[in-house]
Amino acid sequence: MILHNLNNLNRLFLSTLCCSILAACTSIGNHTQSSVNISLIGSRTLYPSTYVAAVSSPVLIRGATILSGTGARLDNTDILLSEGKVIALGRALLAPVNARIIEGQSKWVTPGLIDVHSHLGVYPSPGVIAHDDGNEATSPNTANVWAEHSVWPQDPGFTTALEGGITTLEILPGSANLFGGRSVVLKNVHSTTYQGMKFPGAPQGLKMACGENPKRVYGSRGIAPSTRMGNVAIWRAQWIEAQEYQRNLQEYERKVAAGNKDANPPKRDLKLETLAAVMRGEILVQNHCYRADEMATVLDMANEFNYKVTAFHHAVEAYKISNLLAAQGVCAAMWVDWWGFKMESYDGIPENIALVDAAPGGCAIIHSDSEVGIQRLNQEAAKAMTYGKKMGLTLPPEHVITWLTANPARALGISKYTGTLELGKMADVVVWSGNPFSVHALTEQVFIDGVLRFERSAPHTTPESDFLLGQPATALTTPVTP
Amino acid sequence: MSRSLIVLCMTVNIVLPLPALTQNSTLLLRNTTLYTASRGSIEPLLATDILVQDGRITNIGQKLTPPIGVPIIDAQGRSVTPGLFGGLGRIGLEEIGLEPSTGDYAQRLGQMRPEFDVSLAYNPESMSLGVHRSNGITFAMLAPSSETNSSIIAGLGAPVSLNGSAPSTARSMFIDLGGDSNHLSGGSRAAQFMLLRQAVIEARAPNLVMVHDERLLTPAGRQTLIDFLKGSGPFVFDVDRASDIRQTIAFVQAEKISAIIRGGGEAWRVAAELAAAHIPVILDPLNNLPASFDLIGATLENAARLRAAGVTVAISMRSPGIDEAARIRQAAGNAVAHGLSWADGLAAITRIPAEIFGVADRFGVIEKGRLADLVLWSGDPLDVTSLPELVLASGKEQSLQSRQTALRDRYFERLKQGTAH
Repeated sequence: MILHNLNNLNRLFLSTLCCSILAACTSIGNHTQSSVNISLIGSRTLYPSTYVAAVSSPVLIRGATILSGTGARLDNTDILLSEGKVIALGRALLAPVNARIIEGQSKWVTPGLIDVHSHLGVYPSPGVIAHDDGNEATSPNTANVWAEHSVWPQDPGFTTALEGGITTLEILPGSANLFGGRSVVLKNVHSTTYQGMKFPGAPQGLKMACGENPKRVYGSRGIAPSTRMGNVAIWRAQWIEAQEYQRNLQEYERKVAAGNKDANPPKRDLKLETLAAVMRGEILVQNHCYRADEMATVLDMANEFNYKVTAFHHAVEAYKISNLLAAQGVCAAMWVDWWGFKMESYDGIPENIALVDAAPGGCAIIHSDSEVGIQRLNQEAAKAMTYGKKMGLTLPPEHVITWLTANPARALGISKYTGTLELGKMADVVVWSGNPFSVHALTEQVFIDGVLRFERSAPHTTPESDFLLGQPATALTTPVTP
Repeated sequence: MSRSLIVLCMTVNIVLPLPALTQNSTLLLRNTTLYTASRGSIEPLLATDILVQDGRITNIGQKLTPPIGVPIIDAQGRSVTPGLFGGLGRIGLEEIGLEPSTGDYAQRLGQMRPEFDVSLAYNPESMSLGVHRSNGITFAMLAPSSETNSSIIAGLGAPVSLNGSAPSTARSMFIDLGGDSNHLSGGSRAAQFMLLRQAVIEARAPNLVMVHDERLLTPAGRQTLIDFLKGSGPFVFDVDRASDIRQTIAFVQAEKISAIIRGGGEAWRVAAELAAAHIPVILDPLNNLPASFDLIGATLENAARLRAAGVTVAISMRSPGIDEAARIRQAAGNAVAHGLSWADGLAAITRIPAEIFGVADRFGVIEKGRLADLVLWSGDPLDVTSLPELVLASGKEQSLQSRQTALRDRYFERLKQGTAH
C-alpha cells in the first residue's frame, strides 16, 4: 500500500541528473564482463536458487474434504504425497511403506496458499531504521534494483505466515517509484540465505506503481513526477529507451545468428535489461494501481509499448472495470476491507473481489501487503465470499480457494508447478482443522514439496528466526495457560 | 472461468446511503439466540424474544405476546448480540488518512496540552459511520494520537454512539509511552515518566511559582489534569513493553489514578501485576510479531493468557485508521481461536469497553429497561462469514446501506450489462 516509512524517504536528495550518472557508472568496466549475455537478461539463473526440498517420507491424508484449486471439491477423498509431489487422489488409496498417515475426517485440505504481494524480508520485523530496505526511493526509476538483494531471511514474519498456510510468496519492492525494481518469488522455507528460499524456475516480476505515491515522494522534493500526468510521461520516456535497447539487443542477436564474430553487444544497463526483459515476456509486470481510470491508462501504455500487465495490485477500484480487466486477461490482486487511508483508496468496497471474479473470464486474487494479513488470507477470502454471497453470487468454497491458490500461481507464472492439487504438482499442501473459510479454522499441517514445515500439535520449541532465538521475552516456550 | 451471475431477491435500485434513522424503533424480535453479554453470562438464552417499544427494551422472554400493531421480526434462532465496539480510533475524526485537512486526531502545537479534546472535531456525517453501522458497530471511542510536534499526553477522547448523536460527556485522557514515543520525550522513555511527574506536580500545585517558560502546562491544562487526577476519568496508557508496563503500574499506584493499558503487546508477561492492580488491557489480538523491540514477546495468545490470570480484556485494532473498526469482530474471533473463551471474546468488544470508558449504562449489554443497542446476525457473531441483518443503535434502527453499498450497486449493475470498463 502504503509507502512504508514515509519519514525516511526524505533522507536522500539525489537529482535525476545525479542518478543517471550513477546508473552510467554501473556500466563502466571490463568490456567482456559488462557486455550483455542475452540469456541472462530476465534471469532465472543469476543469483540462482539453492533450494532443494529435503527427502521426505510419503504422506497419505485419508478421507478429507479436498479443495483442489482447480474448482473441484472432493469429499471423503484421500491424497497421497510422495517425493515432493502430489501423486494420487482418490478413495481407499493404499499407503506406501513408511508413509505417514493423517486421518482427514472432518479436516479440509487445500493447496498451499500463495501471497502475490508481500514485503516480508524487505520490511522485516523488527521495523527498525536499519531494516528500511523496501523502497530505493532515490529515483522514480529503479528498475535496476532486485528485491531479493534486500530480503532478510531471519524475518520472523516468514514463520508466522507459514503457520497461516502460506507456502509461496512474492516479495516486492515498495511503491515509492514508478519502476520499483524486480520482485522475487520465494518458497516459504526457512534458510540462512534468500537463495535457499528462491522458488526454482519462477520468473521475476517488475514492480511498477501508479498514482499518489510516486508523485508525492518526488513532487515533495521538487522533482518529477509531481502529477499523475508526470507519472505517465516518465514511464513512457523509459519505455522508449527500453525499446531502443531491445532493438540493439535484437540487432546483436541477428548478427550473432548470422555468424558475425565482430558483433558488439549493447553495454550492460541494469535498468534497461529489466525493461527489455519485460518486453521479451521474461519478467512479469506487477503493477500497484488503485484507481480504475489509472489502470485503463496503464493498459493503453502497455499497448503502446507492446508489453503485458500481468496483474494490478491493490486494485481497489478493479470492480469498476471488471469487464475490461477480464477482456484483457489481467488479474487483479486486492484487499477485502482496506479503504480510506489515502484518497485513491476512498472507493474501496468489500465486494471488490466478488465483482472482479463475477466478470466472465475475471481473475481475482486476494493479497496481503501485510505481515499481519498474510497470516490469515483464508479469512480474507471468507469475508470476500460472504459479501459476494450477500449480493446473490454463487461462491462455493471450491471456487473461493482459487483466489488464494490457482489465480496467484497464474499471476506469478508458476501455475505449472503449484497452486493446485493435480497429479505431478508440487506437494504444497495445507491440512485445516475444518472449513478454512471461517475465523475458527486453523492450519494443522503445512507441507512444502512434501516436507512437513509446520505442525500445530508439535509447534517449534525454538524459533526458526535467529532474531528471536534466546530472547528472554519470547512467547514460544511459555505455556498458554499460566 | 465464466461464472454466472445469480441475482437473488435483490433488485438493485439506486439506493442513496441513508443517515442514521431518527425514529425510535418499536418491534418484537422473535425466537433469537440471545447473547446479552451481561456480567457472568456465558451461555446464550435460546428461543428468546426481545420486545422493543419506542426504542427501549421493555421485555425479554420466551413466547412474548406483543401489543397490537408491533411489527414482528422472526429471527429463526439466529444470534443477537449487543451493538459492537468500534475500538479506539478516528471514526468521524478523519476522512482520508494521508490528507491532513481531513484529519483532526492530533494537535501539533509543540506543547503538552492535556486539555486538547478531540471530540470537538467529531463529524457524525463522516461516510465511515454508515459503513461501520452496517457492520454492527454501534459505539466507538474517539481517541487522540501523539504525533510529531505534540506531546506524550495526546489529549482527551470520548465514547460516541454511531447513531449520529453527539459524543458522550465521559472523557478519558490518552498518554503514549514507550520507544515509539521517544521522539516526544527528548529521546528517552525515562523522560516520559519525568515529564508526567512534572505535569502532575504542576496540576496538583497550580499556584506554584515557576518561571513561565519552565511550565509544561497551560492553566487550562493544569485544570484538566487535576480533574483527572481527582478521578473525572481514566488515563489510557499506550504501552507495550513489559518493563514499561511495570513502570506505568508504579506511576498509577503512586498517583492513585484510574488507568487502562492500551496496546499491551507484552502485557501477558506482567499479567499477575495487572490483575492485582485491577488495570484492564485493550489489545489487538492479531498483534503477534516483534514489530519493534517493545514487542519481542508479542503473541496471538496474549488475550487468553491475560484472561487466565484474571485481567479484564477489551479489544481494539492497533492501527487507528477509519477502516480498522470493520476488523474488530474478526480480531475477537481470532482471540477465541487462540484460547480466549467465546463469551470473553464477545465481552471484549461489547460490555468491557463500555464499562471501562464510562458508558456501561448505554452500550455493551442487552437488558430490560435499556435503550435497544443490538444486532441480529446471519450466523456466528464472531465469525467472518456472518453479517448483520438488523442493527439498532441507541433505540433506533440503522440503515444497512452506506456509500460502499451504493458503489457496489452501481457497478454490479454495470457488470450485469457488461459495461464495467
